[in-house]
Amino acid sequence: MAAEGHSPLAQFEIKTLIPLKMGEIDVSFTNSALFMTLTLVLVTLFLVLGMRQRALVPGRWQSMAELSYEFVANMLRDNVGNDGRKYFPFVFSLFMFILFGNMLGMIPYSFTFTSHIIVTFALAAVVFIGVTVLGFVKHGFHFFSFFVPPGVSVALWPLLIPIEIISYLSRPVSLSVRLFANMLAGHTLLKVFAGFIISLGIYFGWVPLAFVVALSGLEILIAFLQAYVFTILTCLYINDALHMH
Amino acid sequence: MTEQKKSASTQDIDARLKQARQAAEKSAAKSGPKGPSRSGLALAMRLGVEIVSALVIGVGIGLLLDYWLGTKPWLMLLFFVLGAAAGVMNVYRLAMGMQDLDDNERE
Repeated sequence: MAAEGHSPLAQFEIKTLIPLKMGEIDVSFTNSALFMTLTLVLVTLFLVLGMRQRALVPGRWQSMAELSYEFVANMLRDNVGNDGRKYFPFVFSLFMFILFGNMLGMIPYSFTFTSHIIVTFALAAVVFIGVTVLGFVKHGFHFFSFFVPPGVSVALWPLLIPIEIISYLSRPVSLSVRLFANMLAGHTLLKVFAGFIISLGIYFGWVPLAFVVALSGLEILIAFLQAYVFTILTCLYINDALHMH
Repeated sequence: MTEQKKSASTQDIDARLKQARQAAEKSAAKSGPKGPSRSGLALAMRLGVEIVSALVIGVGIGLLLDYWLGTKPWLMLLFFVLGAAAGVMNVYRLAMGMQDLDDNERE
Protein backbone atom coordinates (compact mmCIF):
# COMPACT_ATOMS: atom_id res chain seq x y z
CA MET A 1 0.00 0.00 0.00
CA ALA A 2 1.19 3.46 -0.82
CA ALA A 3 -0.01 4.83 2.49
CA GLU A 4 2.45 2.77 4.49
CA GLY A 5 5.53 4.53 5.76
CA HIS A 6 3.72 7.83 5.57
CA SER A 7 2.63 8.62 9.07
CA PRO A 8 -0.02 11.34 9.37
CA LEU A 9 2.40 12.98 11.78
CA ALA A 10 5.29 13.09 9.29
CA GLN A 11 4.11 16.53 8.16
CA PHE A 12 5.12 18.01 11.52
CA GLU A 13 8.72 16.84 11.31
CA ILE A 14 11.35 19.54 11.64
CA LYS A 15 13.96 19.19 8.94
CA THR A 16 17.25 21.01 9.00
CA LEU A 17 17.84 22.81 5.73
CA ILE A 18 21.02 24.77 6.51
CA PRO A 19 22.94 23.52 9.57
CA LEU A 20 24.19 26.39 11.72
CA LYS A 21 25.87 26.46 15.10
CA MET A 22 26.19 29.42 17.41
CA GLY A 23 28.61 28.23 20.07
CA GLU A 24 26.89 25.22 21.64
CA ILE A 25 23.43 26.22 20.51
CA ASP A 26 21.90 24.71 17.40
CA VAL A 27 20.47 27.57 15.35
CA SER A 28 20.03 25.67 12.09
CA PHE A 29 17.74 27.07 9.45
CA THR A 30 14.86 24.56 9.43
CA ASN A 31 11.72 24.15 7.35
CA SER A 32 9.88 25.82 10.24
CA ALA A 33 12.14 28.86 9.98
CA LEU A 34 11.79 28.82 6.21
CA PHE A 35 8.01 29.06 6.45
CA MET A 36 8.20 31.80 9.06
CA THR A 37 10.44 33.79 6.73
CA LEU A 38 8.04 33.07 3.89
CA THR A 39 5.15 34.30 6.03
CA LEU A 40 6.97 37.54 6.81
CA VAL A 41 7.79 38.09 3.15
CA LEU A 42 4.21 37.36 2.08
CA VAL A 43 2.65 39.66 4.70
CA THR A 44 5.04 42.44 3.72
CA LEU A 45 4.36 41.96 0.01
CA PHE A 46 0.61 41.74 0.61
CA LEU A 47 0.49 45.02 2.51
CA VAL A 48 3.20 47.03 0.72
CA LEU A 49 2.22 46.08 -2.81
CA GLY A 50 -1.48 46.26 -1.97
CA MET A 51 -1.15 49.83 -0.70
CA ARG A 52 1.21 50.92 -3.50
CA GLN A 53 -1.56 52.62 -5.48
CA ARG A 54 -2.90 54.62 -2.52
CA ALA A 55 -6.13 55.09 -4.44
CA LEU A 56 -8.99 57.01 -2.87
CA VAL A 57 -11.30 54.33 -4.23
CA PRO A 58 -9.42 51.10 -3.49
CA GLY A 59 -9.13 48.24 -5.91
CA ARG A 60 -9.57 44.62 -4.83
CA TRP A 61 -6.11 44.12 -3.43
CA GLN A 62 -5.98 47.45 -1.63
CA SER A 63 -9.43 46.65 -0.24
CA MET A 64 -8.13 43.43 1.31
CA ALA A 65 -5.18 45.22 2.86
CA GLU A 66 -7.43 47.97 4.24
CA LEU A 67 -9.97 45.41 5.42
CA SER A 68 -7.39 43.55 7.48
CA TYR A 69 -6.16 46.85 8.93
CA GLU A 70 -9.66 47.93 9.88
CA PHE A 71 -10.56 44.51 11.24
CA VAL A 72 -7.75 44.62 13.77
CA ALA A 73 -8.19 48.35 14.45
CA ASN A 74 -11.88 47.83 15.28
CA MET A 75 -11.08 44.81 17.42
CA LEU A 76 -8.59 46.88 19.40
CA ARG A 77 -10.98 49.83 19.72
CA ASP A 78 -13.90 47.66 20.86
CA ASN A 79 -11.87 45.73 23.43
CA VAL A 80 -9.35 48.23 24.73
CA GLY A 81 -10.71 51.64 23.79
CA ASN A 82 -8.87 54.62 22.41
CA ASP A 83 -5.77 54.34 24.59
CA GLY A 84 -5.17 50.90 23.07
CA ARG A 85 -4.19 52.48 19.74
CA LYS A 86 -0.54 52.64 20.75
CA TYR A 87 -0.41 48.86 20.73
CA PHE A 88 -1.90 48.51 17.26
CA PRO A 89 1.40 47.77 15.46
CA PHE A 90 2.11 44.86 17.79
CA VAL A 91 -1.40 43.41 17.66
CA PHE A 92 -1.63 43.81 13.89
CA SER A 93 1.74 42.12 13.31
CA LEU A 94 0.69 39.28 15.59
CA PHE A 95 -2.60 38.80 13.77
CA MET A 96 -1.08 38.88 10.28
CA PHE A 97 1.77 36.55 11.27
CA ILE A 98 -0.54 33.91 12.75
CA LEU A 99 -3.17 34.26 10.03
CA PHE A 100 -0.67 33.94 7.17
CA GLY A 101 1.16 31.13 8.97
CA ASN A 102 -2.09 29.20 9.38
CA MET A 103 -3.20 29.84 5.81
CA LEU A 104 0.21 28.93 4.39
CA GLY A 105 -0.14 25.62 6.24
CA MET A 106 -3.30 24.88 4.25
CA ILE A 107 -1.32 24.62 1.01
CA PRO A 108 -0.48 20.93 0.33
CA TYR A 109 3.13 19.92 1.06
CA SER A 110 3.72 23.07 3.10
CA PHE A 111 4.69 23.18 6.75
CA THR A 112 2.46 24.66 9.47
CA PHE A 113 4.73 26.29 12.04
CA THR A 114 1.74 27.17 14.28
CA SER A 115 1.27 23.42 14.87
CA HIS A 116 4.37 23.44 17.09
CA ILE A 117 3.80 24.22 20.74
CA ILE A 118 7.17 25.93 21.07
CA VAL A 119 6.28 28.47 18.37
CA THR A 120 2.85 29.29 19.78
CA PHE A 121 4.20 29.31 23.32
CA ALA A 122 6.91 31.77 22.34
CA LEU A 123 4.25 34.02 20.83
CA ALA A 124 2.05 33.68 23.92
CA ALA A 125 5.03 34.30 26.21
CA VAL A 126 5.83 37.54 24.39
CA VAL A 127 2.22 38.64 24.89
CA PHE A 128 2.17 37.54 28.54
CA ILE A 129 5.48 39.15 29.51
CA GLY A 130 4.70 42.28 27.52
CA VAL A 131 1.31 42.68 29.14
CA THR A 132 2.69 42.07 32.64
CA VAL A 133 5.46 44.63 32.09
CA LEU A 134 2.88 47.04 30.71
CA GLY A 135 0.71 46.58 33.79
CA PHE A 136 3.61 47.31 36.13
CA VAL A 137 4.72 50.34 34.08
CA LYS A 138 1.20 51.80 34.06
CA HIS A 139 0.21 51.03 37.65
CA GLY A 140 3.45 50.34 39.52
CA PHE A 141 3.05 48.11 42.54
CA HIS A 142 -0.64 48.91 42.49
CA PHE A 143 -0.81 46.24 39.75
CA PHE A 144 -0.61 43.58 42.48
CA SER A 145 -4.15 44.53 43.50
CA PHE A 146 -5.15 42.90 40.21
CA PHE A 147 -4.80 39.59 42.08
CA VAL A 148 -7.15 40.66 44.85
CA PRO A 149 -10.76 40.07 43.85
CA PRO A 150 -12.86 43.14 44.70
CA GLY A 151 -15.51 42.97 47.41
CA VAL A 152 -14.11 39.94 49.23
CA SER A 153 -13.41 39.86 52.99
CA VAL A 154 -9.77 39.73 54.06
CA ALA A 155 -10.31 36.30 55.63
CA LEU A 156 -10.65 34.74 52.18
CA TRP A 157 -7.58 36.42 50.68
CA PRO A 158 -5.11 33.58 51.45
CA LEU A 159 -7.37 31.23 49.49
CA LEU A 160 -8.35 33.52 46.62
CA ILE A 161 -5.05 35.20 45.85
CA PRO A 162 -3.28 31.91 44.90
CA ILE A 163 -6.27 31.03 42.75
CA GLU A 164 -6.10 34.40 41.00
CA ILE A 165 -2.36 34.05 40.47
CA ILE A 166 -2.75 30.54 39.00
CA SER A 167 -5.54 31.85 36.80
CA TYR A 168 -3.26 34.66 35.63
CA LEU A 169 -0.31 32.31 35.01
CA SER A 170 -2.53 29.93 33.04
CA ARG A 171 -3.11 32.61 30.39
CA PRO A 172 -0.05 31.96 28.22
CA VAL A 173 -0.63 28.21 28.50
CA SER A 174 -4.25 28.35 27.36
CA LEU A 175 -3.37 30.92 24.69
CA SER A 176 -0.63 28.77 23.16
CA VAL A 177 -2.27 25.37 23.64
CA ARG A 178 -5.47 26.50 21.93
CA LEU A 179 -3.73 27.57 18.73
CA PHE A 180 -1.29 24.65 18.70
CA ALA A 181 -3.91 21.97 19.46
CA ASN A 182 -6.32 23.23 16.83
CA MET A 183 -3.71 23.30 14.10
CA LEU A 184 -2.17 19.95 15.10
CA ALA A 185 -5.52 18.15 15.36
CA GLY A 186 -6.89 19.61 12.14
CA HIS A 187 -3.88 18.79 10.02
CA THR A 188 -3.55 15.28 11.48
CA LEU A 189 -7.23 14.64 10.75
CA LEU A 190 -6.80 15.79 7.15
CA LYS A 191 -3.85 13.43 6.65
CA VAL A 192 -5.65 10.49 8.29
CA PHE A 193 -8.67 10.88 6.06
CA ALA A 194 -6.46 11.35 3.01
CA GLY A 195 -4.78 8.05 3.92
CA PHE A 196 -8.19 6.31 3.91
CA ILE A 197 -8.73 7.35 0.29
CA ILE A 198 -5.79 5.24 -0.83
CA SER A 199 -6.54 2.23 1.36
CA LEU A 200 -10.25 2.09 0.46
CA GLY A 201 -9.47 2.15 -3.21
CA ILE A 202 -11.52 3.30 -6.14
CA TYR A 203 -14.94 1.96 -4.98
CA PHE A 204 -15.23 3.45 -1.51
CA GLY A 205 -12.41 5.97 -1.60
CA TRP A 206 -14.70 8.80 -2.61
CA VAL A 207 -16.37 8.85 0.84
CA PRO A 208 -13.21 9.97 2.70
CA LEU A 209 -12.41 12.18 -0.30
CA ALA A 210 -15.65 14.08 0.30
CA PHE A 211 -14.70 14.32 3.97
CA VAL A 212 -11.28 15.73 3.09
CA VAL A 213 -12.89 18.40 0.91
CA ALA A 214 -15.31 19.36 3.71
CA LEU A 215 -12.56 19.27 6.34
CA SER A 216 -10.33 21.49 4.22
CA GLY A 217 -13.07 24.12 4.24
CA LEU A 218 -13.45 23.74 8.00
CA GLU A 219 -9.68 23.97 8.46
CA ILE A 220 -9.54 27.27 6.58
CA LEU A 221 -12.28 28.57 8.88
CA ILE A 222 -10.34 27.36 11.93
CA ALA A 223 -7.12 28.88 10.59
CA PHE A 224 -8.81 32.26 10.51
CA LEU A 225 -10.73 31.74 13.75
CA GLN A 226 -7.67 30.80 15.76
CA ALA A 227 -5.75 33.83 14.51
CA TYR A 228 -8.77 35.90 15.53
CA VAL A 229 -9.06 34.28 18.97
CA PHE A 230 -5.35 34.74 19.67
CA THR A 231 -5.54 38.40 18.71
CA ILE A 232 -8.73 39.18 20.59
CA LEU A 233 -7.36 37.58 23.76
CA THR A 234 -4.23 39.70 23.38
CA CYS A 235 -6.53 42.74 23.18
CA LEU A 236 -8.38 41.63 26.33
CA TYR A 237 -5.11 41.13 28.21
CA ILE A 238 -3.88 44.57 27.16
CA ASN A 239 -7.21 45.96 28.36
CA ASP A 240 -6.77 44.21 31.73
CA ALA A 241 -3.27 45.65 32.09
CA LEU A 242 -4.38 49.17 31.18
CA HIS A 243 -7.67 49.37 33.07
CA MET A 244 -7.28 46.62 35.71
CA HIS A 245 -10.59 45.06 36.82
CA MET B 1 -3.69 64.47 -8.99
CA THR B 2 -0.55 65.76 -7.21
CA GLU B 3 -0.23 66.86 -3.63
CA GLN B 4 0.02 70.59 -4.40
CA LYS B 5 -3.11 70.85 -6.50
CA LYS B 6 -5.69 69.41 -4.15
CA SER B 7 -9.07 70.26 -5.51
CA ALA B 8 -11.64 72.01 -3.36
CA SER B 9 -13.71 68.85 -2.96
CA THR B 10 -10.73 66.88 -1.59
CA GLN B 11 -10.02 69.60 0.95
CA ASP B 12 -13.65 69.55 1.92
CA ILE B 13 -13.49 65.81 2.41
CA ASP B 14 -10.36 66.20 4.55
CA ALA B 15 -12.09 68.69 6.81
CA ARG B 16 -15.18 66.55 7.13
CA LEU B 17 -13.10 63.45 7.81
CA LYS B 18 -11.33 65.24 10.64
CA GLN B 19 -14.65 66.31 12.14
CA ALA B 20 -16.16 62.86 11.86
CA ARG B 21 -13.10 61.27 13.45
CA GLN B 22 -13.20 63.61 16.41
CA ALA B 23 -16.91 62.95 16.89
CA ALA B 24 -16.33 59.20 16.72
CA GLU B 25 -13.53 59.42 19.26
CA LYS B 26 -15.74 61.32 21.67
CA SER B 27 -18.60 58.86 21.45
CA ALA B 28 -16.19 55.94 21.78
CA ALA B 29 -14.63 57.51 24.85
CA LYS B 30 -18.07 57.85 26.43
CA SER B 31 -19.13 54.25 25.96
CA GLY B 32 -15.66 52.83 26.77
CA PRO B 33 -14.54 49.35 25.79
CA LYS B 34 -17.43 47.17 24.82
CA GLY B 35 -16.05 43.74 25.57
CA PRO B 36 -15.48 40.94 23.10
CA SER B 37 -17.63 40.76 20.03
CA ARG B 38 -19.69 37.60 19.81
CA SER B 39 -18.59 34.57 17.93
CA GLY B 40 -20.10 31.39 19.36
CA LEU B 41 -17.54 28.98 17.99
CA ALA B 42 -14.62 31.14 19.12
CA LEU B 43 -15.98 31.31 22.65
CA ALA B 44 -16.81 27.61 22.78
CA MET B 45 -13.23 26.75 21.87
CA ARG B 46 -11.91 28.74 24.80
CA LEU B 47 -13.84 26.85 27.49
CA GLY B 48 -12.16 23.44 27.47
CA VAL B 49 -8.60 24.68 27.25
CA GLU B 50 -9.22 27.14 30.06
CA ILE B 51 -9.77 24.44 32.73
CA VAL B 52 -6.92 22.22 31.58
CA SER B 53 -4.33 24.99 31.43
CA ALA B 54 -5.18 26.24 34.93
CA LEU B 55 -4.88 22.66 36.22
CA VAL B 56 -1.53 22.20 34.49
CA ILE B 57 -0.17 25.42 35.97
CA GLY B 58 -1.50 24.50 39.44
CA VAL B 59 0.05 21.03 39.41
CA GLY B 60 3.26 22.45 37.95
CA ILE B 61 3.64 24.99 40.74
CA GLY B 62 2.84 22.30 43.32
CA LEU B 63 5.45 19.90 41.95
CA LEU B 64 8.10 22.63 41.81
CA LEU B 65 7.45 23.71 45.39
CA ASP B 66 7.50 20.06 46.50
CA TYR B 67 10.84 19.60 44.77
CA TRP B 68 12.34 22.66 46.47
CA LEU B 69 10.85 22.16 49.94
CA GLY B 70 10.89 18.34 49.98
CA THR B 71 7.24 18.04 50.96
CA LYS B 72 6.16 15.45 48.39
CA PRO B 73 3.29 15.08 47.61
CA TRP B 74 1.34 17.49 49.77
CA LEU B 75 1.83 20.82 48.01
CA MET B 76 1.09 19.17 44.68
CA LEU B 77 -2.25 17.99 46.06
CA LEU B 78 -3.02 21.42 47.49
CA PHE B 79 -2.16 23.21 44.25
CA PHE B 80 -4.09 20.64 42.24
CA VAL B 81 -7.22 21.76 44.08
CA LEU B 82 -6.28 25.44 43.71
CA GLY B 83 -5.62 24.93 40.00
CA ALA B 84 -8.97 23.23 39.56
CA ALA B 85 -10.63 26.15 41.36
CA ALA B 86 -8.78 28.63 39.13
CA GLY B 87 -9.93 26.69 36.06
CA VAL B 88 -13.54 26.71 37.16
CA MET B 89 -13.24 30.43 37.93
CA ASN B 90 -11.86 31.11 34.45
CA VAL B 91 -14.80 29.32 32.87
CA TYR B 92 -17.26 31.02 35.23
CA ARG B 93 -15.92 34.45 34.24
CA LEU B 94 -16.10 33.56 30.57
CA ALA B 95 -19.69 32.37 30.97
CA MET B 96 -20.65 35.49 32.91
CA GLY B 97 -19.12 37.59 30.15
CA MET B 98 -21.23 35.75 27.60
CA GLN B 99 -24.38 36.31 29.67
CA ASP B 100 -23.67 40.05 29.99
CA LEU B 101 -23.44 40.26 26.24
CA ASP B 102 -26.73 38.41 25.92
CA ASP B 103 -28.41 40.83 28.32
CA ASN B 104 -27.03 43.81 26.45
CA GLU B 105 -28.41 42.50 23.21
CA ARG B 106 -31.87 41.97 24.62
CA GLU B 107 -32.14 45.49 25.96
